[in-house]
Amino acid sequence: MSGSKAFVEGLKRENVDIMFGVTGGALLPICDELWGSDLRFVMARHEQGAAHMADGYARALGRVGVCLATSGPGATNLVTGIATANIDSSPVVAFTGQVPLSLVGTDAFQEVDIIGISASATKYNIQVRSPSEIPLAIKSAFHIASTGRQGAVLVDIPKDCQIDVEDIEFPDEVSFRGYKVNLEPNPREMDWAATLLSKARRPVIMAGGGVISSNASAEVIKIADMLMAPVVTSLMGKGTVPSDHPLFAGLCGMHGTGEANLLVSDADILLVVGARFSDRTTARLEDFGRGAKVIHIDIDRSEVDKNVETVTRVIGDAKLALQGIIERLAKLSYEPRANGDWIKKMNKFKKQYTPPERPNNPHMRAPAIMKALRKVLPRNALVTTEVGQNQMWAALYFDAYAPRTFFTSGGLGTMGWGFPAAIGAKAARPDVPVVDIAGDGSFAMTENSLATAVEENLPVIVVVLNNRMLGMVAQWQRFFYGRRYMAVKLGEYPDFVKLAEAYGAVGVRPETIGEFEKAVQTAMDDNLTTVIDVPIDPEENVFPMVPPGKGLRDLMVEA
Amino acid sequence: MLPLNTIAFLVENKAGVLFNVSNMFRRRGFNIESISVGAVEDPQVARMTVSVYADSKELNQIVLQLEKMVDVIKVKRLDPMRSIMREMVLIKLDTVDPMAREETLRHVNAYHGLILHIDPESLIAEVTGEPEAIDEFISKTRPIGIEEISRTGVTALEKGNLKLER
Repeated sequence: MSGSKAFVEGLKRENVDIMFGVTGGALLPICDELWGSDLRFVMARHEQGAAHMADGYARALGRVGVCLATSGPGATNLVTGIATANIDSSPVVAFTGQVPLSLVGTDAFQEVDIIGISASATKYNIQVRSPSEIPLAIKSAFHIASTGRQGAVLVDIPKDCQIDVEDIEFPDEVSFRGYKVNLEPNPREMDWAATLLSKARRPVIMAGGGVISSNASAEVIKIADMLMAPVVTSLMGKGTVPSDHPLFAGLCGMHGTGEANLLVSDADILLVVGARFSDRTTARLEDFGRGAKVIHIDIDRSEVDKNVETVTRVIGDAKLALQGIIERLAKLSYEPRANGDWIKKMNKFKKQYTPPERPNNPHMRAPAIMKALRKVLPRNALVTTEVGQNQMWAALYFDAYAPRTFFTSGGLGTMGWGFPAAIGAKAARPDVPVVDIAGDGSFAMTENSLATAVEENLPVIVVVLNNRMLGMVAQWQRFFYGRRYMAVKLGEYPDFVKLAEAYGAVGVRPETIGEFEKAVQTAMDDNLTTVIDVPIDPEENVFPMVPPGKGLRDLMVEA
Repeated sequence: MLPLNTIAFLVENKAGVLFNVSNMFRRRGFNIESISVGAVEDPQVARMTVSVYADSKELNQIVLQLEKMVDVIKVKRLDPMRSIMREMVLIKLDTVDPMAREETLRHVNAYHGLILHIDPESLIAEVTGEPEAIDEFISKTRPIGIEEISRTGVTALEKGNLKLER
C-alpha cells in the first residue's frame, strides 16, 4: 500500500470525514488519493484560515479537527493557527507535506523545518520517515491531541513517503512510555477540597475552558448551587454556566465585570476549575485572590502553582473531580449560605458596576448591538469572536447560555481567528446559525475566507463592529499614550458591503439597531453568508477595564 | 545567586528529543548550566542529566514541564547527599616552560587525574570529579596557561536502592 493510501485509511479509522486545507506540490500524492474518497476537503484560501477552521470545528464538536498544508510557506502559514489552537487546548491535528526525504536538510524548494518551527506551538509533532510509519503517526497524533490537556499535533509527511509502497499495518492502539493520561483524581485531594469548601464563608468558583473540555458544566452548576457560590469564568470558560443563572457573575479579568473581579478579590475560598491563571484573568498577580485559599482542579499538573499558589489541588479530569467533591460535600455538614450576605454583596456589585449609558451619542453602541444580536439569535446559536474590543464587548455583553456556543482566541489573541473558526464551526454544526462577532481590523486579516464560506456552502454571519480603527490599541493610546494615534487608523476602505458582494456573499450596512436586528434575521432566514457592517463610534471604549499593572479591584468603569 | 540543582531523566532515544528538551528550557527561560546525554542499558532509552540554576519554584516547574513532554519517560531531582555526581574535564596546558610542566603534573596528581598526551609545547590532562573539584582544578591551573578546555557536564547516579525507575 502507498503512504497516501495509508494516510486516507488512517484518517478514516479515526472517523475523520472533513478536513480543511490548501494543497500544493508536496501534497499532490495525498490529494490524488483523496480524489474520489468520501472525505470532504474544504478549500481554504490561506493556510492560517484552514487551521482556524479545523480549530473552530474542534471546539464546536469537542472532537479533533484536521487541517492540511503543503511544505514550506504552506506549513509556516499554518503556524499561527496551530499555536492558537494549542494554547487554547483545542484538539487539532495538522498535516504538512514535506520535500522528499532525500532533499530534507538541503534547503530544497519549499522546504522548511516545520518540526523545529512548530515545536513550541504544538503539544507534539512527528516527522514520518517511511510509508509504514504513517498509520502509527496518525494514531499517535489523534491520541495525543484529544487526551489529557488537549492540544495541537503536527505530522510532517515527506513526499516520497506518500508515494512509496510498503507493507502497512494499522495499529489498534498506541502507547507511550512518557505519556500517560491520568483522569482519576486522588481521593485524598478530593477529601481536602471538599473539607475546605464546606468551611467557606465567601466561596467563589472560577470556571475555565477545562470545564468545557471535560463536559463538566452540570457539575459546576451543581456545586455552585450546593454552596450558594457565585461563579465567574475566565474568557475561555464563557458558556460553562448560563449567563442568566442567578449565581453567574460574569467574566473575571482585565475586562471582567465589576462583580466578578470584586467577588474574586473578596473571596475566602476560590475553587478554580480548568483554568490556568493567565495574566489577563488575574491582572496584578500579587493582588489576585489575596484573601482566598485557592483550590485548583486541572488535568495539567504543571499549571498548578505555576502562577498562583494553591492550598490544595485536584489533578485529573474536571468532571470526575467535581463529582467526587460533590459526593463528599453531600456527606459533610455545612451550611450553604443561602440568601446570605455574600449573595447580597454580589447583587450589590452587579448594580454598582454597570457602565453608564450615553443617551446622546448618535452612534450605535457596542453593548446595545451585542444585546440586540442575542435577542435575535436562538439560544443554541454558535458565536465566535475576533480579538480586541469586539472580543471584549462580546465577552461582556453577549450572553452565552451553554458550553460550546461561544468561541474565542483567548490565549494567543489571534486577530482573524473568528471568521474562519466560524466556518469550521458551521461545518461541524450546519443545523444552527453561526455568527462571527468581528472588528474591522480583525476581519480584514482573514476576509479571504469569504470565498470558502460561499463556495463550500458554509454560510456564516459576520457582524463587523466597524470603528475604522484597531480599536483596542487605540483605547490604550487614548488612556496611556496621550491620544497619540499611531498605526491604528484604518481609513475608509475597504467597503465591507462591496467586499462581501465581490465574494458572492451578502453585504448590509444597518443604520439603526432595528435595521441591524432585521439584517441578522434575514441572514438566518436566507441561510446565506452575510457581512453586516455596523458603524460604531471610534471613540468608544471597553469598560470595565483594569489598567495594566493594577489589581482586579482597581477597575475603571468610565474614562 | 540561585542554587545549582541537578535533574536526571529518561527519554526516548530518538532524533529530536534533545532539541525538544533544550527548547523547553530556552522557551521558559531556564538556563542550563550543563547537560549530558547517553544511552542506557535499554537501547531505546537515553538518560539526560541537567544542572540548572533555579529556585525551588522554578525547579518544580522544570520537573513538571519535563514530565509533561511526550518523549520524557521519568524525571527526578537528585538529592546531592544521596547521589554520586561526576564531571570530566580535558584540559590542554601550555607547558613550554619545564617549571610549568612540573607544576601541572603536581596539580593533576593532586586531583587524581591522568596525563593523556605530551607535546614539546603542551600537554593534555584528564581530571574527573565533582563539578566543584573540577572548578577548583581549573582555577589552580589557570596561572600555568590554559590553551583549551572541554568539560562533559555533570552525570550522576543515586546511591543504594534509589533509582530512576521507568
